[in-house]
This record gives sequence, C-alpha cells and structure tokens, in this order.
Amino acid sequence: MKLSSGALSWSAYLSTAMLLLLVFPLLLESFWIGEFGKYLAFSLVAVGIVLSWGYCGILSLGQGIFFGIGGYALAMFLKLEASAPALPDFMVWSSVDKLPWWWLPFEHFSFAVLAIVVVPVVVAFPLSYALFMKRVSGVYFAIVTLALALTMTVLIVGQQGDTGGANGITDFKTLLGADVISDAAKLHIYFIEAVFVLIAMAFGNWMIDTRLGKILIAVRDREDRVRFSGYNTAMIKAFVFTVSAVLSSIGGAFFTLQVGLVSPNSIGAVASVEMVIYAAVGGRLSVPGAVIGALVVGFMKSYLSERFPEAWLFFLGAMFILVVAVMPKGIAGLSERLLGKGDSA
Amino acid sequence: MTQPLHATVSASGFTGGDAVSTTQDSMLYIDNVTVSFDGFKAVDALSLTIDERELRVVIGPNGAGKTTLLDLICGKTRASAGSVRFRGVELTRLPEFQIVRAGVGRKFQTPSIYEDLSVQENLEISIPQAHSIRRSLFFRRTPAIREQIDAVAEQIRLSAHLRTKAGRLSHGQKQWLEIGMLLVQNPDLLLLDEPAAGMSPKEREQTAELLRTIALGKSLVVIEHDMDFVKAIAQRVTVLHQGRLLAEGTIDQVQADPRVIEVYLGH
Repeated sequence: MKLSSGALSWSAYLSTAMLLLLVFPLLLESFWIGEFGKYLAFSLVAVGIVLSWGYCGILSLGQGIFFGIGGYALAMFLKLEASAPALPDFMVWSSVDKLPWWWLPFEHFSFAVLAIVVVPVVVAFPLSYALFMKRVSGVYFAIVTLALALTMTVLIVGQQGDTGGANGITDFKTLLGADVISDAAKLHIYFIEAVFVLIAMAFGNWMIDTRLGKILIAVRDREDRVRFSGYNTAMIKAFVFTVSAVLSSIGGAFFTLQVGLVSPNSIGAVASVEMVIYAAVGGRLSVPGAVIGALVVGFMKSYLSERFPEAWLFFLGAMFILVVAVMPKGIAGLSERLLGKGDSA
Repeated sequence: MTQPLHATVSASGFTGGDAVSTTQDSMLYIDNVTVSFDGFKAVDALSLTIDERELRVVIGPNGAGKTTLLDLICGKTRASAGSVRFRGVELTRLPEFQIVRAGVGRKFQTPSIYEDLSVQENLEISIPQAHSIRRSLFFRRTPAIREQIDAVAEQIRLSAHLRTKAGRLSHGQKQWLEIGMLLVQNPDLLLLDEPAAGMSPKEREQTAELLRTIALGKSLVVIEHDMDFVKAIAQRVTVLHQGRLLAEGTIDQVQADPRVIEVYLGH
C-alpha cells in the first residue's frame, strides 16, 4: 500500500550519506569543511535528542553536560600530548605545580576514549533512573537538567587551575603523533566524523523500528498504561536518556577535535538549549532530520553571526518560534509533506 | 458470533486450565483497607474478597470510592492502612509493574491506548514475555505471538483493524482494544473501570458477552453505572457508599435492599 515511514527514513538516510560523504567534501573549501565538521558534532547530539525527546518525551536542557564530558575528556588527552613533558600551560599560569591525580590516566588515548563512552553512562544512568523512579518528568526534568548544566559550567570556571577555567582547554597539536591542525587533517577528521554520524543515524533508525521504539512512543504518550502493562518505565526512560548522553559525549569529543578548543561556553546552559533547537528545527521525530537540522542551524548561525553580529540571536529565536508554530515536525515534516508521503493524521 | 468466543475460551484456557480443578477459593483478599487523601477517606475500612473466576460488579453513587478501590488494588493509589493480598502476595508495597507481573491487569475509565500506534502494535507492546530492554530490542514476531494477537483481536472484534492507527478507532473500539491489551497480558484478575461507557446498545451487548466469556477463565472486577449492563454480566454485586461496603449479593438482593434504595434515591 503506502510507503512505510521506515522506508522513507532509510531513503532520507541514503541522501544524507551522499551529502556528507560526497557533496560537501567536493564543494566546500577547507574553511567550511572545518565549520561543517563542527555542525556534525552537534548533529550527533541532535540524533540523541530525537531518540530521548522526540520518541520518549524526555526533554533535557542539559545535553551540554555530556557534550562537555566527551569534549573535555579528549581535550585533556590532547593537551597532555601537546604540552608533554611539561605541565599544561594554564596550570603553570595558575601556579599548579603538579598534575592533579584525575588528570593522570588521561595520558593514555585508550583511557580518554573509554571515558568518552563510560563517564556519560555512569553519570546519566543513575541520575536519570533516580529521577524517573521519583516520577520527575516533563518540565521538571528539563529544569533539573538545565540547572545541572549551569552548575557544571560554574564548577569548571571556578577550578581555573585544574580545568582551564573560562578560557577552556586549547592549543592542541597532535593526536597520537598525527597533526590535527592542517586543512588535510581537518578533512580526515571530517570523514571519520561523518562515518560516526552515519553509524549513529543507522543505530537510531534501527532502534525506532524495533519493538522498543514502539514502547518509547507508548511511554511518551501514555506512561501510565505502559506501567500497567508490566513495564518498569523508569528503566526504559533512563536507558534512552543514557543512549542520548553517550551520543552527546561522542559529539563533544569530535567538537574538541574539529574546533581545537573546548570551553564552558560551548557546553553550558545556552549551548544545551541550542542543541534542542537543532533537533526541533530538523524535526524531532526524524533521525536524518536532526542531522540536517544541526547542519542548517549551524550554518545559519555561522553566516548570520558574521553578517549581523548584533542581531543573529534574534534570527535564531525567530527560527525556533517559526518552527514550533508553523512546522512542528521540522524540516523532516516539511520534506515529507512535499514528497506527498506525509501521514495525513 | 459464538465462533470467536469459543476460540478464545480455549486460548485463555491454556493458562488457567489447571486451575479448573481447584474449587472456589479466594483469589483476592482486601482486608480492612483505608485510603485517605489529606484526611478525606475515599475508602474507609473496606474488606472484600474476590473468588477465582468470579465476575464481580461494583456499583455505587459518585464518590463512593469505586475507582479508588481499583487504583488501590493495582498500585496506582497506596493504602493508608490495611492489606491487599493476591494469591498470597501482599500488593500494597509492590511497584505497579510488579503487581501487573503478579497477574493483575487494569483498564482505565477513559480508553487508555497508544493512539499513534497501530492496533497490532498496541497489542504487541502488551505481550508480557519481553519486558526487558534487550528483549524489546531483539523482539521478533514469532508465529506463536502472531497467533496470540490474532486470537485476541478476534475476541475483541478488531481483526479487520489490526493495521489501523488506534487513534482512528471509534470510542467503543478503543474500549475493546484496551480490554484486548489486558487479555494479551494474560492476567488472572482484570480490573475494568466502566468498560461499556460511551457505547451503543449493540456494543454494550457485545461487551457483556465478551466479559462473560473472559470470566470463564479469569476473575474480573467491573465498575459500572448502567443497571441493565450490570444485570447482563453480574454474578455478585458489591455496593459502595462513602468508601464503605453498603451491601453485597446477587443483583436482585441488592436492588431489594432498602439501604441501597435509600442511597440511590436519596432522602
């Protein structure tokens, strides 16, 4: 009969893959490859937001926390490699004379990679499970996560000597001996990142298609009913939230690599809210939509902030209002409607 | 019309079948239970027992505590005092999902279904064998599961609508779907809050027939207002008034009881 939404999202998947792997690398100058690499980092976060918010109704305004965990974990490794055998420069400036103990394991790349995946799990799962058990949901959960994002930035800024403070961690040179600054390196990183984004998209699409995907929708729409069908809904919600946390963390690591800098500004409350906007603009029920949303909003942000440095935030706000008011399913919903395959009800 | 009903008697029979030999021992003991909301006692020192394969109807005026009674059994509301025992298991301290896994299913007053999912998906989610995340991720529609879904769909008269989005069903069909979701869970005790509300006379009749069939293998507690519907299904009727047990017996006994008449007709 009609094309299933599954088939539709896989065709959107293929078009996105073409765009990322062929069209952008062929058309874009090296400056823009770096920029698009940055947007791709956010698109990993947006895929996670689609799963947790779009499908399971968990609105987190604190994805920056996990983005920061990944970003800082990799930055610590890169910084140690760049400054070895001396201490990182910002520590010297704050007259820290010995590497803090929790920095030590980050001399190993494998530990940093492990931390990027494991730390968000260890933080997100127990925290969210406890909150969901206590039936904290909806707006209240959003407020808790927003407060945590704020707390995290305050914490980082306050511990200048250990964390680089408000300036963040920067001045990387190499990753395991390979240069990370040159245009060629940026292109390589871009390709690796694009592959990660495609894997994340495939994972997201697959998960939505499984029975768990249906259960997520059920939890979003009628959590009570799901509970009275014998499910531990707190566990299901904590699982999805943790998945989105890990995706954010991986995104944060790529952000550090692409931009060559991680700072409290790029992971704070404002950044966290922006991440939700990426997913909303792209379409919160569409995995490919989230990726495109991150690219479009990211690009507009770069372009507009350059053209209208004073006013670009108003454009961002207007875009968000427009999307919420006129096209609740975002860019993905719009393209579905244009293709005439949109669900009429 | 009787054809699908027979099919489902055997379907529910394969779980409750061994219980047929045991005689009328009680399945649910509610013992001296009180539920108070800020001092207001919605249920007041209530005791009640439900037998195996009994269809009990609970009636009473508004605010009598009928819905609170069901909430209490399924864990949605917690008892302030007293005990609820289901086949020897104390339910008052279990989380909702474990009460469900112990064998108690609950249908809400307004049809509570997943409108964005198809009828088939609604039923599938309710299957009890895959409650864990891992099993849900790697869930496959086996022939046995398909059969189970088809049998229930036939019983609730939705076989032709398996692929329809649940949101597009009529009100009566939504009520049936939620009953079907309970049947797929295969509970031993079903708690139904006004299952025939908002139905046409014909749908009511079909619902009564459905409930009588279910009662052949399971116990049911049904809240209902419509006395014709009550007459059509009830074996025993419990009348609640202001959170207390007012009367209990057959429909005729209850209707002849002067206290019941007074409560319903007013002073």
